[in-house]
Amino acid sequence: MAELGFVIAMSVMTLFWGIIGGVVPWFIPKGPNRGVIVTMLVLTAVCCYLFWLIAILAQLNPLFGPSLSTDTIWYLNYHWP
Amino acid sequence: MCSLLRGEEMCLAQLFLQSGSAYDCINELGELGLVEFRDLNPGVNAFQRKHVNEIKKCEEMERILGKDILIFNIQYGNNPICLFIEFKLLEVELGEVTRNKEKLQRNLLELTEYTHMLRTTRNFVQRTSEVSVFISGLIQRTKIEAFERMLWRVCKGYTILSYAEVEEYLEDPDTGEPTKSVVFLISYWGDQIGQKVKKICDCYHCHLYPYPSSNEERTDVVEGLRTRIQDLHTVLHRTDDYLKQVLMKASESVYTWVIQVKKMKAIYFILNLCSFDVTNKCLIAEVWCPVNDIPTLRRALEEGSRKSGATVPSFVNRIPTNDTPPTLIRTNKFTSGFQNIVDAYGVGNYREVNPAPFTIITFPFLFAVMFGDLGHGVIMALFALWMVLYENNRKLKNTRNEIWNTFFEGRYIILMMGLFSIYTGLIYNDCFSKSLNIFGSGWSVKAMDADIRGNRVLTLDPNVTGVFRGPYPLGIDPIWNLASNRLTFLNSYKMKMSVILGVIHMSFGVILSTYNYLHFRKKHSLYLVFLPELLFLLCLFGYLVFMIFYKWLVFTAKDSRLAPSILIHFINMFLMQGDGVQPLYPGQTGLQVFLVVIAVLSVPVLLLGKPVYLYWLHNGSHRLGMYRVRFDFADEFLHQAIHTIEYCLGCVSNTASYLRLWALSLAHAQLSEVLWTMVMRVGLRMDTSLGVFFLVPVFGLFAVLTVSILLVMEGLSAFLHALRLHWVEFQNKFYSGTGVKFCPFSFSLLPSSFEHDGLL
Repeated sequence: MAELGFVIAMSVMTLFWGIIGGVVPWFIPKGPNRGVIVTMLVLTAVCCYLFWLIAILAQLNPLFGPSLSTDTIWYLNYHWP
Repeated sequence: MCSLLRGEEMCLAQLFLQSGSAYDCINELGELGLVEFRDLNPGVNAFQRKHVNEIKKCEEMERILGKDILIFNIQYGNNPICLFIEFKLLEVELGEVTRNKEKLQRNLLELTEYTHMLRTTRNFVQRTSEVSVFISGLIQRTKIEAFERMLWRVCKGYTILSYAEVEEYLEDPDTGEPTKSVVFLISYWGDQIGQKVKKICDCYHCHLYPYPSSNEERTDVVEGLRTRIQDLHTVLHRTDDYLKQVLMKASESVYTWVIQVKKMKAIYFILNLCSFDVTNKCLIAEVWCPVNDIPTLRRALEEGSRKSGATVPSFVNRIPTNDTPPTLIRTNKFTSGFQNIVDAYGVGNYREVNPAPFTIITFPFLFAVMFGDLGHGVIMALFALWMVLYENNRKLKNTRNEIWNTFFEGRYIILMMGLFSIYTGLIYNDCFSKSLNIFGSGWSVKAMDADIRGNRVLTLDPNVTGVFRGPYPLGIDPIWNLASNRLTFLNSYKMKMSVILGVIHMSFGVILSTYNYLHFRKKHSLYLVFLPELLFLLCLFGYLVFMIFYKWLVFTAKDSRLAPSILIHFINMFLMQGDGVQPLYPGQTGLQVFLVVIAVLSVPVLLLGKPVYLYWLHNGSHRLGMYRVRFDFADEFLHQAIHTIEYCLGCVSNTASYLRLWALSLAHAQLSEVLWTMVMRVGLRMDTSLGVFFLVPVFGLFAVLTVSILLVMEGLSAFLHALRLHWVEFQNKFYSGTGVKFCPFSFSLLPSSFEHDGLL
């Protein structure tokens, strides 16, 4: 179950940024600004994907959990699934 | 794209201008802003140049226009001499009129004073004595006491002084300020006393007027004065009207004249840079011109020749040169902001790789890593969007406020920064210091099954089944916002993120240097400089990044007790001590030794490779008898040694420097949280209906502090640090930035002293 969630998230994001960085550049019309726009798209895709990847990999195998206070525990116990 | 990545190809060209059409041709070039003129008379100082007289005349015209004195609306030709004569005539005429006006005003003042004196002295008690003589006049009120004392000391009672103040303020003709005067009457007897009195009156700058001996004389004089004063008033009035009319007429065309004079002065300045050819009939100018613009240049010269009606056309000739041309990088309104911040560090060498196209994305990204807040990002993006949508509004464009102009020039940069901040805010899960729970948290308290009434603090243990259900799909899990050990987790995450981003950014910089080596045909540098640099960086810090990812992927909560500290492993790698700690993976010691050996070996290759290779090349050709430029081995070796030391030490310090990404994002998050806890929560916690009214000023305070501290101060801080990361850590891997910028001769780029005075 947890694995499925992770796999879905991974594939969706990879696909999304992959399209932006790898597919959309082919469709930019020829003109004086084509080079700049393609560079921008590829760099955006790389930066954003990497940033998201670091965030999810850091949480994949947590070595310790959050410490919660009593009020928070009470609330989360009843209101969060 | 070629232009933005590398800069345009430039060439040196010679222009042959006919003397008659030189002015018009240069006029055309100034309108287009194509070329940069070189100084062909560098040894000549400003006063010995050929057109120094014309420039002096232009400066005088500027001065006249600046004094707001202008011309009649006479038809003038484009001939600069004509324009100058009109200016001179106007100056003379207006000078005369002003002088006349001053004379009339002085006259008026005298008559007014005389009237006052006659009126006031009528009331003085007089001693009707045959022997006494009267002197009467006016003196400034500030001097009357000193005058009286002096008179007493000198004449010792042989004079009688009576005085009274004049109620009106009279205008002092020298200073133009209103001053108070005092009318005085001195009666004395004796000739010597008379002379002394006159000398004292002179000394104190008194205005003396003849004293009428009888009452009839007095009334006559008063009548006469009154008529004269009335006449003078009329004349002055008429003069004022005339002056106003003249100035009104001319003020309609003053702007065109100012621009004309500016252009003229610029053209003469350029003409001074040219030299004559041997036959003395033709002007030669040397210009730097982009290769792609040579046809436009030709057309401009033809246009200029046609306008001046010359029979022989001027032409352009491209000449080869060994000098380095200036760098021209064409930008549009979007890229110019980013190019400016790169140029602020240093303009690139001719045809060197330009970091600007990459800076368009990496700079806002690194800013956003340090700024990372969804709410603040939205506000910043909206502000920038407003500036962008209204960028053609004249009021926004042409203000004199320097700070606003700086923000306005960078509106696209701020827009990108805002958009990336929205994304990083989403990933950090930080919106005005609160987290969003879009997908449901991955941690479950219910599964912990603990005694909630008993425990003060509960630490969720990922080893218990069901507590941790998988990582949050978009960013940091929202439960961390509620945890008290939040910073422990976030610090570890952000520090590792900073190192990863830093190493990747620096490697990218090193890889960009290959562009330069390939373009400038230095293939040997590719193997002797680029390869050792890349190996050094990747073997040491690339391996560190690998270890971070490995630990994240391989070590779960089950082996949390055995989880290694990456820093200790890294240090042990250098000390070659692998025995104390558990290996991360089988074969780790061997691999690490191998990597360290490669890194250490690449240092001497970096240090000696290039100088030795060049020395060998130089010696080899010498044997073949070819002539080569003198190769200084010591110089080259020193240069390479400095580069090696800088690079190797820089790798370590620069990697650590990227930790500022962590530091600033931590500071921003903490400030945001403090603002929320201390300001907004206080307002939200009040239960009574009074709380509703109390919330309004609290929100106002919260908004003001958010904008001023978190947006402006933190924004500027993150901007500065992101800029530093680019300028130092990224650009010192490949960019030298010691070039000269191409400054074309263009009328639109001329500075104007009028703009400073507020006349334009």
